[in-house]
Amino acid sequence: MTSPQKVNDFSIHVATVNGSGSQSSNNVLMRAIFRMGIPVNGKNLFPSNIQGLPTWFTIRVNKDGWTARKVDTEILVCMNDLTYVDDVKQLKAGSVVIHHDHMNVAALRKDVTSLAVPFSKIIAEACADPRLRKLAVNMVYVGVVAELVGITEEAIELAMAQQFKSKQKVLDLNRAAITAGRNHVKATWPELLDGKFSYQVQAMQKTQGKILIEGNAACALGSVFAGCSFVSWYPITPSTSVIDFFNEYSEKYKIDPETKLKNFAVVQAEDEMAAIGMVLGASWMGARSMTATSGPGISLMAEFTGFGYFAEVPAVIFDIQRIGPSTGLPTRTSQGDVLFAAHLSHGDTKNICLYPGNVEECYTLAAQAFDLAERFQTPVFVLSDLDLGMNFHMSDPFPYLDQPLDRGKVLTEKDQDQLAKFARYGDTDGDAVPYRTLPGLKDPRGVFFTRGSGHNAKAAYTESGAEYVTAMDRLNKKWETAKKYVPAPIVLGSGKNKIGVIAYGSSHDAMLESVHQLKTENGMDIDYLRIRAFPFAASVKDFIASHEKVFVVDQNRDAQMLSLLRIEKDLAAHAMKFESILHYDGYSLDARFVSDAILSSFNQKERKVS
Amino acid sequence: MSTPEVRANPMLTPNKVGITKKEYGGSASTLCTGCGHDSVTLHIISAFYDLNIPPHKVAKLSGIGCSSKTPAYFLSSAHGFNAVHGRMPSVATGAAMANRSMVNIAISGDGDTASIGMGQFVHIIRRNIPLLYIIENNGVYGLTKGQFSATSDKGAIQKKGDTNTLQGIDLCLLALELGCNYVGRSFSGDAKQMVPMIKGGLSHRGTAVMDVISPCITFNNHEGSTKSYKFVKDNDQAIHEIGFVPSYTPIDVDYDHGTTKVVELPDGAHLTLKKIDRDYDPTDKNAAFDLLHKAQSSGALLTGLFYVNPDTVSYQEVLKIAETPLVELSIEKLRPPKSALDEVMESLK
Repeated sequence: MTSPQKVNDFSIHVATVNGSGSQSSNNVLMRAIFRMGIPVNGKNLFPSNIQGLPTWFTIRVNKDGWTARKVDTEILVCMNDLTYVDDVKQLKAGSVVIHHDHMNVAALRKDVTSLAVPFSKIIAEACADPRLRKLAVNMVYVGVVAELVGITEEAIELAMAQQFKSKQKVLDLNRAAITAGRNHVKATWPELLDGKFSYQVQAMQKTQGKILIEGNAACALGSVFAGCSFVSWYPITPSTSVIDFFNEYSEKYKIDPETKLKNFAVVQAEDEMAAIGMVLGASWMGARSMTATSGPGISLMAEFTGFGYFAEVPAVIFDIQRIGPSTGLPTRTSQGDVLFAAHLSHGDTKNICLYPGNVEECYTLAAQAFDLAERFQTPVFVLSDLDLGMNFHMSDPFPYLDQPLDRGKVLTEKDQDQLAKFARYGDTDGDAVPYRTLPGLKDPRGVFFTRGSGHNAKAAYTESGAEYVTAMDRLNKKWETAKKYVPAPIVLGSGKNKIGVIAYGSSHDAMLESVHQLKTENGMDIDYLRIRAFPFAASVKDFIASHEKVFVVDQNRDAQMLSLLRIEKDLAAHAMKFESILHYDGYSLDARFVSDAILSSFNQKERKVS
Repeated sequence: MSTPEVRANPMLTPNKVGITKKEYGGSASTLCTGCGHDSVTLHIISAFYDLNIPPHKVAKLSGIGCSSKTPAYFLSSAHGFNAVHGRMPSVATGAAMANRSMVNIAISGDGDTASIGMGQFVHIIRRNIPLLYIIENNGVYGLTKGQFSATSDKGAIQKKGDTNTLQGIDLCLLALELGCNYVGRSFSGDAKQMVPMIKGGLSHRGTAVMDVISPCITFNNHEGSTKSYKFVKDNDQAIHEIGFVPSYTPIDVDYDHGTTKVVELPDGAHLTLKKIDRDYDPTDKNAAFDLLHKAQSSGALLTGLFYVNPDTVSYQEVLKIAETPLVELSIEKLRPPKSALDEVMESLK
């Protein structure tokens, strides 16, 4: 072993073939470490394919709870003949490679440790049924890794029970494969046993009470517990599992106990135009409604989104971002829809956008999106991404949302005084948020026609320029009101430092680690503001105004969040403070990338001065 | 004002739910004088009045185009939704799923349905969403000054003189093929045929499609048009006379049962179809295909109820959605209890 021993601080990178069952193996490995009380994170890098193409899974083990992506990995497991040469070449010196015995790793690199394992032979002995070997072989590497790094049998058993529930045959098969892997290590490398391997796990108390969850499951839970009763969608990676989880939880918790009928409806649409159309139709009727999609889907939703903005119909749209433009890289993460979603549709359209920064916010902001959509009678986007949505993240359990739902300004038969002076698009309260009524209202004074064409305060058709201006100006005023309701940004740091950094969404994990790196390694104190919503709250401007330099971290090429900030009129005076940090190769953001960018900015300045 | 003379005027005579026909009206039409669509509007008003449907229990939906403007001209005390071009069916689907207690009427045109909205038209039928879908079909884009639509017949001549070279789409044949259980064609000027057909469609449990030839007085009413008043009047071949008998009235004994087909609708109402000159059974789907295919090759313009199957299952029933409209569910039914969240959280530890 060339590197000093590391305890609870390393990454395991597993290269497999998709469709081979490796996801189960990787989940068992990750959950077993989690069960030992050690913070972990799992990131799945997968192809847009069902079976046969390369896929990678990276488990980061970190005692301090840093769970963003880390570029360097310490342990590589090579199960894929097609990728192992490249996979091995990318390793840093001192890494360990666990690989099929027919792969000649030693010939590729002299500065890494090669542990050849006869996986095919081992699984042939451990699994009698040849048809199951292709799947079960992945459990052998779980056994090998577990034995080397010291994952306990108890932890593996707990993880398996969670992964395979109580399917006894599956449990037995997988247990046998894991044991075979452990036995191979014991028989072959006695010198690496009992804590002598370079990378070790040791039980901690840092995950007790915590959960591991994907952001898409959290978005679904937020919707279920916000009382969402109508969903329409069209399947698209990486958003599909939002609906899968919504269905799963709703089937479990929203079936009427007496009638066994559903207190919700999920309709798979023919395309995303229909999906958002159905959502607007159901919202118009008064149901809390949502759709989930990704980039190509919001392109198709553009026309109806503008309808929702102009005719003031609520909608919640989850955009689980992936790389564009066009089909792009459908299974890689991105923050590439920030500008598009904010102004989606023709004409002057502005949409409320929320940017959850972790899985708990996927849950809380999902729920809040429904309140905002109904309060402001407008489409609300929840901009998550593939990294947050489809990878497992550690979190405290989510709080139950027991405050009343904010259903917004809806008049019913009992509101006689209000109905007497009802003007659907009037500004009765001075906050520019109008009152609406729902179909089925018996009182004809409250009935109106919903249309995307020009309408006056009474909802009547108009082509009057003056009435159009009145309508658009009220929508702008409503936008100002919304600034006080959307989730405020969160500032970490004293707020008194000269350097500020702004980030949002799934960059959060890496940002926390970067701030820590800059402090501990470079003695640099920076303040970090995390934007959680568009429109921007006043405190965003205050933060920018009070710092001499402000970095803005975007996971896209065109600095989209920075562009949104630059559009703000009252930020023009601070335009020279901004510097963009852009990460857009489809991998999750890593802390070192951000730290290096910030450091090099200052180093370059110094060079310029000298 | 309640003199006997005034009560005799149907516009001012309340129906069984106490609403006058006038109250089923809407704002003044802004369509061209003589537009076929305005006649359809009047037939819709008559049908709702006759059926004693309270306007507030009606949802009016439409897309974009001359036809889609018309929901503003009837039932002004019903909420309406004028969607984007070709996308009305999706809005109607969401609305119907959210509140199954409403009576849904959807108005579209040949451009709105057969071109830009073809996908959504297909899928609303496939899902059998309960609503009456009326296509006011004039074979032309009126608002953009007279381009051919996808339902224009091959060989039809445009006002400017161009000839349509493409085959027209027969929306009734298409609806039949898609499994629609209520398919009819009528002519905007034929109140006698249209009003009972609308009533039957409103009483139908799933998607009911009515293709209504509704001439465009401005852009498609000239010599050479196959959707002009003159062409339709000269070529209209009704396959039967339709009668609609509401559930609370016994079947009219005036009908000659030897030549009449009676179809019972799920709510107990009846459609009576008195044959004119051919032996036609509107519950026989193969016969409907045969009839429409033959008419297509001969160039005949057939009107009537081509197919009806009252024994149909709506999408709400297929999906096993609660009978209480989703919009009326209490907070307790909408939001699962804390114990449910705790259980989920425990499973993720």
